[in-house]
Amino acid sequence: MGEIKVDVKGQTCPVPLVECRKALRKAAIGDIVEIEGTHPASKKEIPMAVNALGYKIISIEEEGNTWKIRICKQ
Amino acid sequence: MENKDMQAVNTPKLNKATIIVHSGDMDKIYSALIIGNGALSMGMEVSLYFTFFGLQRLKKGELDKGPLSKMNMLGLGKMMIKKRMDKANVASLEKMITDFKELGGKILACDMTMEVMGVKPEDLRQDLISDYCSVGTYIKEAMESSMTLFI
Repeated sequence: MGEIKVDVKGQTCPVPLVECRKALRKAAIGDIVEIEGTHPASKKEIPMAVNALGYKIISIEEEGNTWKIRICKQ
Repeated sequence: MENKDMQAVNTPKLNKATIIVHSGDMDKIYSALIIGNGALSMGMEVSLYFTFFGLQRLKKGELDKGPLSKMNMLGLGKMMIKKRMDKANVASLEKMITDFKELGGKILACDMTMEVMGVKPEDLRQDLISDYCSVGTYIKEAMESSMTLFI
């Protein structure tokens, strides 16, 4: 199982969502995608997209302005 | 009485967005590509139909050449907005259209507009265009789409 890290800190709509989708497309089944960003709306919209795609949110962390979302492509 | 000619065809709706890009204004091209990319990111299929002034933006080197739809002020307004967009780190239209294609989005060019406006296929960025078509293709796709927009 691999892990893909995506850094979208400082990026705004729609880049975090798009980069998340690009990483999930490249990931193999069972891989983890970890995306780190600062765009506030994306923190709740990435989980919406992950649900719509049928993948699994492992964790959502926030420290200061930065959030980190871990997703499993199942 | 039932009019058999007007019976709705029971087309099943797919998780699909079909968007007409009629305007060539810079801000509206942004809207079309942001919505298109958002829909692709959330797992929808997306088709963008470029027609009339929208189609002009598919000409080589013309993607970001449209004016602002409001307060363009001979390009001054556009310059100000572009400055603010750079400051906010908004992605370029070029990145957005590249991402759109990478995520599997379809771009269709209206062949009637090409004829009316004298646009030849070689004037357009053919690498981006999936197909050349007219209204029938749009209606067929729109019938099976759960979201359709006209921009």
